[in-house]
Amino acid sequence: MTISIRSVEKKFGRYPALNSVNLEIADGELVALLGPSGSGKTTLLRTIAGLEFPDAGQVLFEGQDVTFASAAARRVGFVFQQYALFKHMTVARNIAFGLDVRKGKDKPPKAEIARRVDELLKLVELEGLGKRYPSQLSGGQRQRVALSRALAVQPSVLLLDEPFGALDATVRKSLRKELRRVHDATGVTTIFVTHDQEEALELADRVAILNAGRIEQIGTPHEVHDNPATPFVCGFVGEANRFEGTVSGGRFTSGPVILPAPDAAGGAALAFVRPHDLVLDAEGFAAKVERVVIQGPLANVDASLPDGRRIEICAARDEAAKFSSDIRLSARRAHVFAA
Amino acid sequence: MLDDDHPMTAETISAPPRAPRRPLFRRRSAIPGFGLTLGVTLTILSLIVLIPLSAVAIKAFSQSPAQFLAAAFSERAVAAYRLTFGAAFVAAVINGVFGVLTTWALVRYQFPGKAVVNALVDLPFALPTAVAGIALATLYAPNGWVGQYLTPLGIKAAYNPVGVTIALIFIGLPFVVRTLEPVMRDLSEDVEEAAASLGAGRFATIARIILPALGPAWLTGFALAFARGVGEYGSVIFIAGNMPYKSEIAPLLIIIQLEQFEYANAAGIALVMLGVSFLMLLVINAIQAWSRRFV
Amino acid sequence: MAVATKADFRHPTDDPLWAKIVIIGLVLAFLGLVLILPLVAVFAEALRKGLGPALDAVATPDAWAAIKLTLITAGIAVPFNALFGLCAAWAIAKHDFPGKPLLITLIDLPFSVSPVVAGLIYVLVFGLQGWFGEHLIDHDIKIIFAVPGIVLATIFVTFPFIARELIPLMQEQGVSEEEAAVSMGASGLYTFWRVTAPNVRWGLLYGVLLCNARAMGEFGAVSVVSGHIRGLTNTMPLHVEILYNEYDFVSAFAVAALLCLLAIVTLVLKSVLEIAQPDVKRGGGH
Repeated sequence: MTISIRSVEKKFGRYPALNSVNLEIADGELVALLGPSGSGKTTLLRTIAGLEFPDAGQVLFEGQDVTFASAAARRVGFVFQQYALFKHMTVARNIAFGLDVRKGKDKPPKAEIARRVDELLKLVELEGLGKRYPSQLSGGQRQRVALSRALAVQPSVLLLDEPFGALDATVRKSLRKELRRVHDATGVTTIFVTHDQEEALELADRVAILNAGRIEQIGTPHEVHDNPATPFVCGFVGEANRFEGTVSGGRFTSGPVILPAPDAAGGAALAFVRPHDLVLDAEGFAAKVERVVIQGPLANVDASLPDGRRIEICAARDEAAKFSSDIRLSARRAHVFAA
Repeated sequence: MLDDDHPMTAETISAPPRAPRRPLFRRRSAIPGFGLTLGVTLTILSLIVLIPLSAVAIKAFSQSPAQFLAAAFSERAVAAYRLTFGAAFVAAVINGVFGVLTTWALVRYQFPGKAVVNALVDLPFALPTAVAGIALATLYAPNGWVGQYLTPLGIKAAYNPVGVTIALIFIGLPFVVRTLEPVMRDLSEDVEEAAASLGAGRFATIARIILPALGPAWLTGFALAFARGVGEYGSVIFIAGNMPYKSEIAPLLIIIQLEQFEYANAAGIALVMLGVSFLMLLVINAIQAWSRRFV
Repeated sequence: MAVATKADFRHPTDDPLWAKIVIIGLVLAFLGLVLILPLVAVFAEALRKGLGPALDAVATPDAWAAIKLTLITAGIAVPFNALFGLCAAWAIAKHDFPGKPLLITLIDLPFSVSPVVAGLIYVLVFGLQGWFGEHLIDHDIKIIFAVPGIVLATIFVTFPFIARELIPLMQEQGVSEEEAAVSMGASGLYTFWRVTAPNVRWGLLYGVLLCNARAMGEFGAVSVVSGHIRGLTNTMPLHVEILYNEYDFVSAFAVAALLCLLAIVTLVLKSVLEIAQPDVKRGGGH
């Protein structure tokens, strides 16, 4: 199922939640909508689902206008943030709900529904829990039930709103892999919302980064991390040291800090340098090491510039000893944007 | 689209979604039934409550302003307001005091029969007011169960404003207790422990920490009890004595005017009472809006 | 400084024993005088001449007529307000629209109107001198001093009970379960019955319980519109009043005792519900 979002606008009262959003999603893709809270990512997901209706613009499924179609007509599978499981129904009844509500010849026979429920329970590794009630499950299990309930209707697209938001860190990680596995097994076009960049970058084929109701950048995890299109993306995705300064002659200058800016136009500018792009360089600018923290194979270094600004450097653990006190640094690479 | 190899996809999605027509009105919500339920709500609300209520104002103003004032603020009516509002105020104050104690005991202490006491607090909600009225009259009449012990002390507790106040205490108590209860329950014990750790004695903690935190809820409960007391009729008339200028409450005066077919006069007095009710409603809403600053 | 021993320790949120005893004593004395004694008095006065006369009083034709009218009135008013409450709660709790707080305030309005005024408004609308008075006489329809007026007045005074119980409950439950159902193809009615109703049934029952107690016990509003015709337009509370004013105290208290039993049953059921389903308790006073 291909999905096209065209110039979609949505306001809540006076507050613009979506501001001329365009997005094309290919069949079978796994796309993350990433952004801080209030960026419009959930509104966009709900607009695709048919749970919100835009003030302007179009939503197309396979080229057909579904802007004002109900969620049911679009055949979406939606996994809610708090799962929205029906508390008074068993796990099996929950999963079967989307099939039970069908009428006439569309409704599969009982045995068929039961078979499908078993299949889905197996898919999400919850065999034997069909008779439990949601309150008797752990958070991770509830999330799996929500996922299989959404899949039961054989959705044309699977939509997940902060699917791992309510879970603790370990469960999160394993369910992330699980979602990828289920996606690969079913091949259903999948869109999920998250504010966790690690989650988005690890799981998605492509990431759309939203800010203040606009899409700032769409690309593979690799692209958005290495070639951020805007200062917002650069600051939001991955760690970065931020500098305000000016560009002239292919160099960015901010006090003592001088960074390469070969393609940037002259004038006031913002520069971002990833901690791992800062390297020791006897020719570089001076900094004073304040603290070195070893984290697994890495050494994270907190340092300060002579004017008091703080920077972070990330080096290989073997190099930790070199960050004794006074050091000189240069940047292998910087992302420079006109201010 | 689901993968064809997968067993789940034996029936792939056949019909692509139909292109829908743009709805006549902009769709606001994915959950259906909004127009129908809101329409029914507004219709019934208007027919049962709003339109009939407006009849009071229309009837009251069907006479000249001078006539309206003469009826609504006649000497007898003013005496009735004074009694009604005065007794409701005193009853609300007494309920304010005992309501805090009752709630405190119910929330913080364990004692035998607590569950029964807790249920009984709601008795005035469940007991028909006329039953309460005749029971209170029987108890507090000069020769009644309680009254006989008060008479030698020179206290007359029925057939006078004191009787009216007793009935309104009965009616108003649960408003104070049930408004305070959730707030008192939610008072975090951390705050008390913090106060104690900073050297506050128990009395200082109660006076400076607990009571101020209860303030808005107390005021709300007080206002609710007062508002209910002002309008109360059933439990009062049996114990009030109903002497014009002395122990006649405003709602009774409305009924007396009605029985004399003085509809406009009745509407005039009713309008004054409605005005006070709306004022109380505004006050209660304002207290609640104000108290939300703390949360 | 004296050495503190374990016996001296009192948790900072705990009150000294003497304070507890004084407070509990005061509370019990106050509640005894204001709540418990009246309840006892009703049964004592009803049984003053033994069980026989009390039962006879309840078995008179007029008493039976009053009981029947009370049941009919509550039987109409409570389901009506339940339907209204469900409609209003669905519109208010599950959808967004401007003016919502105002609508909630208007629904609550009957609570702040004196019952006597509640009766009066229907006299002004449907009474002899009222808006529709002549029209109703021409068509020989009686509303005031008849059963329809009693039902209307009862609906008015119990109007907010169920709605104000359901609205916060349904608001708290949010919309995602309904959205989930709708997104899977369930119709509005199906979603309501299968998803919403099971979640609010205890709250609904709680509201119905309180609404019913008030509907059966309403006095002021009904008194204004009833006309006090014995055997025809007397509800139980009105019948109590008539008997009391005729100095037939045993009969008055016997019928009153029946109403007390209703109140006690209501309170017991209410307590049971509150213990079994703590979610139902909200909304404060009525």
